[in-house]
Amino acid sequence: MSDTTFILNGKETPFAPGQTILDAARDAGVVIPTLCYLKGAAPTGACRVCLVEVTGARSLVASCSTPVTPGMEVFTQSAKVLRSRKLVVELLLASGKHDCIVCEANGNCRLQDLAYACRITEMKFSPSEETYPVEDVNPFIVRDFNRCILCGRCVQACNEVVVNRAISFGYRGSKSKIVTGGDLPYNESECVFCGQCIEVCPVGALTEKKAKGMGRPWETEKIRTTCPYCGVGCQQLLHVKEGRIAKVTAVEDAQPNQGRLCVKGRFGYDFIYSEDRLKTPLIRQNGKFRESSWDEALDLVASKFKDIIVKHGPDAIAGVSCARSLNEDSYQMQKFFRAVLGTNNIDHCART
Amino acid sequence: MTNSFADFAKAKMLFVIGSNMTEAHPVASTFVKEAVLAGAQLIVVDPRRTPLVDFASLHVPIKVGSDVAFINGVMNVLIDEDLYDKDYVASCTTGFEQLKEKVAAYPPERAAEISGVSPETIRDVARRLAAVKPAMLIYTLGITEHICGVNNVLSCANLQMLLGNVGFECGGVNPLRGQNNVQGACDMGALPNVFPGYQKVDNPEARAKFEQAWNVPKLPEKPGLMIPQMIDGLLDGTVKAFYVFGENLANTEPDIRHVEHCLDSAEFLVCQDIFPTETTRFAHVILPAAAWSENDGTFTSSERRVNRVRTASAPPGEAKPNWWIFRELARRLGHPWKADSAQEIWDDEIACLAPSMAGIRYARLEKDGIQWPAPSEDHEGTSFLHKEGCFTCGLGVFSPVDWIPPAEVPDKEYPLVLSTGRRLYHYHTRTQTGRSQGIDDLLGEETADISPADAADYGIGHGEMISVRSRRGEVVVRANVTEQLPKGMVWMAFHFREACANWLTNPAYDPKTQTAEYKACAVQIAKLR
Ligand code: SF4
Ligand code: SF4
Ligand code: SF4
Ligand code: FES
Repeated sequence: MSDTTFILNGKETPFAPGQTILDAARDAGVVIPTLCYLKGAAPTGACRVCLVEVTGARSLVASCSTPVTPGMEVFTQSAKVLRSRKLVVELLLASGKHDCIVCEANGNCRLQDLAYACRITEMKFSPSEETYPVEDVNPFIVRDFNRCILCGRCVQACNEVVVNRAISFGYRGSKSKIVTGGDLPYNESECVFCGQCIEVCPVGALTEKKAKGMGRPWETEKIRTTCPYCGVGCQQLLHVKEGRIAKVTAVEDAQPNQGRLCVKGRFGYDFIYSEDRLKTPLIRQNGKFRESSWDEALDLVASKFKDIIVKHGPDAIAGVSCARSLNEDSYQMQKFFRAVLGTNNIDHCART
Repeated sequence: MTNSFADFAKAKMLFVIGSNMTEAHPVASTFVKEAVLAGAQLIVVDPRRTPLVDFASLHVPIKVGSDVAFINGVMNVLIDEDLYDKDYVASCTTGFEQLKEKVAAYPPERAAEISGVSPETIRDVARRLAAVKPAMLIYTLGITEHICGVNNVLSCANLQMLLGNVGFECGGVNPLRGQNNVQGACDMGALPNVFPGYQKVDNPEARAKFEQAWNVPKLPEKPGLMIPQMIDGLLDGTVKAFYVFGENLANTEPDIRHVEHCLDSAEFLVCQDIFPTETTRFAHVILPAAAWSENDGTFTSSERRVNRVRTASAPPGEAKPNWWIFRELARRLGHPWKADSAQEIWDDEIACLAPSMAGIRYARLEKDGIQWPAPSEDHEGTSFLHKEGCFTCGLGVFSPVDWIPPAEVPDKEYPLVLSTGRRLYHYHTRTQTGRSQGIDDLLGEETADISPADAADYGIGHGEMISVRSRRGEVVVRANVTEQLPKGMVWMAFHFREACANWLTNPAYDPKTQTAEYKACAVQIAKLR
């Protein structure tokens, strides 16, 4: 036995110094379920779902916050572990309203997945009496604390990941709840609507308002793309049902954003469906625009350009490309100006 | 950016100048804040107390437009107190003597007079910067949107070279690009002087290469016009036809009244866009384009990363991909172009013509993109440039510069400085965010931000309507009285048409880049009766 290994479910397994049981197990391909654990944030040990049995320890330990020691003997699936995990999940199910059919998170809920994996078939405890009004006064985020399991992931994401410091744990005991400063609605608080708290909420306590009714997780295709707003280039997943974006989430572990988005990247997607979109070519006639075919419009532009080149030379034409559009579009436009029209009068708002 | 966003979170010292990151580049700012939580030092240089200042170990509220004087002052201290990186300067750079001579004229006392921060602060900044290596310098449009924008950028580079910070992870000079694909549009040669990959149009070899690739006998050799010259050309008749692809110039350029007059004078104006805008009103032909999620292609981010864009749905009506529209026009003018998809355009043309992107192919972009330079297909891309201070063109060149004041400074009649920019919830002229449900609920109108001191002087209450007037025009707008602003300064954005700051801004330009001075002009304010 070396001092860089431990015994995981009876097998000698390597670990890196300082690694938690959870991480070392994951590296070895052994998955321990978690709820509150948030990668990149300090473990809180709040939910007890990740409990494992360690030989010699007096009770089960939270694998997300316990470091491995050399030679440690760990069991992740012992009868004791399974029993305790099931109990934890049963208690969580009783802690609030978990009527999955009407929940926005149905199919994208870790609690639901855990209940299923633990083979829970009935509600063993009667649900808590405490109820909270659902907050949906802001345009983007629905907060329903009846579904909150107080895992604290949203608090960690807001304070440790995006560092917006808008929310924290408030009140005590059975009144415990996630609050903004002064327990105000999000839109009257420090919240900047980055939606990182939705991204990490394992249940349906925080959900996207605009996504409601737009598609269940198993109905949507996930398409990876790049945010169309600023120059950070955040990687997004478009959740698309029947050609319509239902919601946008961040691509986890992707460069550069590592699972983060801002308000524009997360919620600024539906402009493409605006009724105002230009749908056909338009030609001005007697001071008014009229619809035209592509052929007519393109022929007109081509012949106008030809005329102007003959009369005034190619440098009498100038063009501005678009810093929002594709590389390939800008490439084509500068090629069109240089190779076809014969002028270098091509620019874009490079410097603003 | 010479470096990558991934460096931000790992940096030990961050020097942020002229960048309101938390609003304009929110996700980038999360990494800076993370670094601070992990113990990094953050120096924020900005006339406003921007939200990032809450995380800073030092806020340096310099006067609008005094960047060069301030940085020269810092460099003066670095040299005077022998704090600069002598080894780096000796082995990696040239022009130090000239720099030394120039900044000798900016002792902290003089730099302080110009920049409005104390000589002690200037010394403090220099000492702090010298104490931690490497330091990462990040800037945005607060540096570039001045008539001395180029000089401001050179100053940033001078400072980082003097400190020996260029060429290392968590160092470098890092401009955050405002729009998703400004970097890409530059890389693609949508500039009057370069082909794709920054190959100069006045270089005969470069022309010969593109003439052959594009199968044309002769390409124009004279660099073309920049946007402000094009717009003015419409008025004086040198530009007859103007092709505006996706830009809302009637709102984004300074001095809206003048720009609209020019657009109205165009003999033939073609607009290609996804929405009708203030600019398309002047068009003779409008071509409807596919939007972001309606075509495949690539964007290149500030960190030079080429990322894929993918189709989620079909464009409405007859709208077409932009590359298709240009190809169809080329065909009508006797140039049958082969490429029939964005992928073919990239793989068969761009990758073959731009050496720094030669190794980038769609097949390699399935997951995370690739950061150019990536000269060959087995090259994994480049996360930071000028490794170990080995500059692409030999030695790093110091370019000493002098401070000049903004083109228009406050006077008796127009006693306040107006500076402009973007806010968190909106993007530019709101053609997109204004049509994304919910965003307007968070920010539904423009405000003019003013300091509590000025509010008291003018008897203006928070939320009251005021007029802001410059030599170009006047807007009526709600006052937002905020501690973010120093006395003597007004701050506005350009998201809303009626109260758009660009009715007021000054069309004065950097002589080299023709970037307008959006960040400084003189205004007067008055409470509406
Ligand atoms: S939306 Fe962002 S800022 Fe607001 S509470 Fe959630 S994580 Fe915090
Ligand atoms: S709102 Fe969601 S993430 Fe936050 S504590 Fe409740 S369940 Fe956890
Ligand atoms: S999500 Fe926000 S920070 Fe990221 S690219 Fe989009 S606009 Fe920029
Ligand atoms: S995941 Fe370990 S205690 Fe919650």
